[in-house]
Amino acid sequence: MSKGREPVFQMTKREAIEPWKAWLIRLIAVALSLIVCAGVIIALTGLNPVEVYKGIFDGAVGTKRRAWMTIRDTLVLLCIAVGITPAFKMRFWNIGAEGQILIGGVTSAAMMIYLGNTLPPVILFPLMLAGSALAAMVWAIIPAFFKAYWNTNETLFTLMMNYVAMQVVTFGIIFWENPKGSNSVGTINSATKGGWLPKLFGLEYGWNLVIVLALTVAMFIYLRYSKQGYEIAVVGESGNTARYAGINVKKVILRTMAISGAVCGIAGFIIVSGASHTISTSTAGGRGFTAIIVSWMSKFNTFAMILVSFFLVFMQKGAGQIASQFNLNENAADVITGIILFFILGCEFFIDYKVRIRSAKQAGSEE
Amino acid sequence: MGFLVIFIQKVIGQGIGILYGALGEILTEKSGNLNLGIPGMMYMGGIAGLIGAFLYENNTAQPNGLVGVIISFLCAFLCAALGGLIYSILTITLRANQNVTGLALTTFGVGFGNFFGGSLSKLAGGVGQISVAVTGAAFKTPVPGLSKLGVIGQAFFSYGFLTYLAIILAILLSFFLNKTRKGLNLRAVGESPSTADAAGIHVTAYRYLATCIGGGLSGLGGLYFVMEYSGGTWTNNGFGDRGWLAIALVIFALWKPVNAIWGSLLFGGLYILYLYIPGLSRSTQEIFKALPYVVTIVVLIITSLRKEREHQPPASLGRAYFREER
Amino acid sequence: MNENNAIELKNITKRFGQVVANDKVCLSLKKGEILSILGENGSGKTTLMNMISGIYYPDEGQILIHGKEVTIRSPKDSFDLGIGMIHQHFKLVDVLTAAENIILGLPGKEILDRKAVNDKINELTGKYGFDLDPDQKIYRMSVSQKQTVEIVKMLYRGVDILILDEPTAVLTPQEADRLFAVLRNMKKAGHSIIIITHKLNEVLSLSDRVAVLRKGQYIGTIETKDATEESLTEMMVGKKVSLNIERPDPVNPKERLNVKGLTCISREGVKTLSNASFTANSGEILGIAGVAGSGQRELLEAIAGLVPSAEGSISYYPPEGGEKELTSMTAAEIARIGVRLSFVPEDRLGMGLVGAMDMTDNMMLRSYRKGRPFFADRKAPKGLAERLIAELEIATPGTSVPVRKLSGGNVQKVLVGREISLAPAVMLVAYPVRGLDIHSSYTIYHLLNEQKKQGTAVVCVGEDLDVLMELCDRILVMCGGEISGIVDGRTATKEEIGKLMMKTGGTQG
Repeated sequence: MSKGREPVFQMTKREAIEPWKAWLIRLIAVALSLIVCAGVIIALTGLNPVEVYKGIFDGAVGTKRRAWMTIRDTLVLLCIAVGITPAFKMRFWNIGAEGQILIGGVTSAAMMIYLGNTLPPVILFPLMLAGSALAAMVWAIIPAFFKAYWNTNETLFTLMMNYVAMQVVTFGIIFWENPKGSNSVGTINSATKGGWLPKLFGLEYGWNLVIVLALTVAMFIYLRYSKQGYEIAVVGESGNTARYAGINVKKVILRTMAISGAVCGIAGFIIVSGASHTISTSTAGGRGFTAIIVSWMSKFNTFAMILVSFFLVFMQKGAGQIASQFNLNENAADVITGIILFFILGCEFFIDYKVRIRSAKQAGSEE
Repeated sequence: MGFLVIFIQKVIGQGIGILYGALGEILTEKSGNLNLGIPGMMYMGGIAGLIGAFLYENNTAQPNGLVGVIISFLCAFLCAALGGLIYSILTITLRANQNVTGLALTTFGVGFGNFFGGSLSKLAGGVGQISVAVTGAAFKTPVPGLSKLGVIGQAFFSYGFLTYLAIILAILLSFFLNKTRKGLNLRAVGESPSTADAAGIHVTAYRYLATCIGGGLSGLGGLYFVMEYSGGTWTNNGFGDRGWLAIALVIFALWKPVNAIWGSLLFGGLYILYLYIPGLSRSTQEIFKALPYVVTIVVLIITSLRKEREHQPPASLGRAYFREER
Repeated sequence: MNENNAIELKNITKRFGQVVANDKVCLSLKKGEILSILGENGSGKTTLMNMISGIYYPDEGQILIHGKEVTIRSPKDSFDLGIGMIHQHFKLVDVLTAAENIILGLPGKEILDRKAVNDKINELTGKYGFDLDPDQKIYRMSVSQKQTVEIVKMLYRGVDILILDEPTAVLTPQEADRLFAVLRNMKKAGHSIIIITHKLNEVLSLSDRVAVLRKGQYIGTIETKDATEESLTEMMVGKKVSLNIERPDPVNPKERLNVKGLTCISREGVKTLSNASFTANSGEILGIAGVAGSGQRELLEAIAGLVPSAEGSISYYPPEGGEKELTSMTAAEIARIGVRLSFVPEDRLGMGLVGAMDMTDNMMLRSYRKGRPFFADRKAPKGLAERLIAELEIATPGTSVPVRKLSGGNVQKVLVGREISLAPAVMLVAYPVRGLDIHSSYTIYHLLNEQKKQGTAVVCVGEDLDVLMELCDRILVMCGGEISGIVDGRTATKEEIGKLMMKTGGTQG
């Protein structure tokens, strides 16, 4: 009776998949996405494919300076991804990294402006780092509190908090405007370099590297080996089990979001003090959203995030380079990122499910 | 009096684009899909409408405004609906996470809009400034006759057809959801897909269609900003954060299209309120711009405190539905 | 091939893995009659009916509807044959009205004519004697009203065979009486009705015939007028079957747990447990019998600190002496004051274990707070996991495989093994052998007996009376949220326990 409605594709959930197979599927997805991206670029620029990839490579790591820019941006993206991971592992949809970064960033900027030229660096930098982390922590705890006590939808709440943060930043920008009427802060302390993270081991972004990698390792250890990390995993998997095990779910939600917010705040500090030396509404630049995808695709493994964020930044930088070569808009990078993300998101299905085609007719493709 | 008229005009100008986005998202969310790709789809719709009109005007000796309107309207709707289709394939068929997919779609769509917006003249062979004067003017044509009725005419009838279409669509959507069988079925799909499935409703088809049509509707919001608000020109990141404001409006309207009409006006009003409060410094003005979001957060908190069932998001919002594999 | 039969089942067999849920069941429903299907929990009643309503597909056998052999592969197929089944969990959309739920998914004029729909509903409700406001939202309704919506939904769609799965389990006696009146009206109008139940009084007062199932087997069908409570109980529980479960005598039993007047009220305001008092002694297994939903779960969860109690007290007497008050403590607080209380919940993967985690991490669930500060110790849990794999013969590729990938019996061994490793003074166990094969079941009985010998007070909720009667020293019988009696496991008869289970009619959910 229902024969006519039986699906052409039969999907069965896989019991288990060998890791190499899963990675092969992901690799195929990335390869496919690169082919599509190349197609798009060729259609727009008329370049031949080899040139395209040479261009991307050249744009991302072609010169020492470009390579460092790629590393710098990878570090920022990585830091944010590391920050939102504990929340996501708890299945708390923290879409508010963007706002937490801005709040951290604006705190750093304020300290640079008011204290940057007076306090000695040994006190100034720890203070900036702690202040940014604390401010963003408070920002993140607000939605967590309502989630814990009244189950207020955190996805929408954190999303709205981003734009409140954005207006807070705009307020600060106009307050500190330099020069007056420019609607921007300009480079803060450009003469004295007060509050600029100094070189470390002779590397311009040495401190960024050290701080972010330290956070990456620490978060890995925290989630995998600490008692609190264990509690996060249990709460994320099953509220009922958490209750059974005597875990205080409310406390875990608040604590985890505090940590998540703090790390995102540190990302804001790194952007402002360690990279741009200014504050603007595009300080976060959508990276709070991209980081969600990084964290999700890395299955909450912070070391995998290093690779994923590098790959995304690499493609963005490369695409940006090609675009500017051809006098096209730099937003080409976002289009490329979007296409890659679609493929990677879609490929997870083929890792979780086995797809068999039931009848030969209509065996058209799904994608 | 003139002051009030200008205020009303500005409020409506701010509100209508958001209203389109919110209507699209309401339709989408009623099917249980939380599509955070709305901002992206609005950009996609805006730029596609502009490109459509541009290609038409560039290739026709005597471009006709009405034809330009139809072409750009269809381009905007279809391109944004395509965004909805990408989202649907990923989340419904391939079961990807809704939040992550929506954010990726926003990244893609905003990039798509800004890329083509910024590169269009170069891609078209260096024609200089992009302008779709004829189509833009057609979009801005006010209601004939009525717009001449003095103050009333200026305040209420001086807008292009997209403004009135938005309000008509909101009422139609409300009618569809509450008074038709398909609307009822759609609400059931968003509330409890398993119940809908048991009642013989094709859950997947409903989700696909609602998401694609919803995407198309939100794309019209982009078209509105490009054509009516900006008069047929493109500025990169010109819509700013209005896509997110549309999502905020959905919550504020408690998922009811008719509420979204006055909600969009309120949001529009809050958005420009700072201009009308005397004695504000420029920096304090910025704080006022956060009002729509703060109001939305307050609404979100109040609804979660009161737990009134009529005012909650669709129960299966954000959750994928798979029929048990047997 | 009897034309007078609305439904005829021939040799229906359904297996789930190794468990045979229905074994060559033959059954018929005559047109225009009310047939009761009677059986204990786990006797295969619901599985059998699910095959008629298209949820399961039988492994063997034939289904005939109105004399014609049919294939039912989905609920829709069943529906098209005029069969409607009302499950214990209603399939209704909460925020929609009764009328909206009733017409959901039906074809018809695109623009809704609410008045016409309401008129038709009112006509149906008037005809059969329902009390229903078509414009009321489902979430504002009582359970009984929701059930009414389900039944009217079926009638609206022209169903002529109606199957109700334990319809009175959630109703008050008055509501149940009203339901029966409606069902009789429907019978008069020519509908054929099956009700699944384990309540004898309902069977006797409502049905024309009774079919009895026991452990997946069809026992027989008799005319209700020829049946008595005694004869039905005997058919239902059967003769005592010897299982040869070991039962050592309690050694030096001492009071461990004393529960007085414990009462629980659910979030919906329903009294799920009322005035329960009993003691549990060391070195003894106290069984808890009763049909499902008689308050067993609430009793155990209230003691374990997972649901709050409204009234009453729980006292714990540690082996080392003294007394500790556990009333209104949470699970975490109970653990903190050093009470060694183990709990094997009914929902193994949803509460007792985390399915996505491996064995090592699951071992930590109760003990992760121990040891050095901040960092969790995984060495000891891993050792424990390895020990359990060896001692309990848990079939798993290793300690790092997610436990939801293990078979049901092995999952239960993991859970019971962990709870035993806490060296409990009191051990609460809910349905320890549900879904397990014979071999695993005996392993679990053995483990419980080992605990008993070590002086643990074991409290075991079970559904198979044969098992409880051979395993337990005392058996506490629950009925409708109350304790209807406590009997000696060695001397009580099955009939005696069966009657206590049915004592008050058990209409209090």
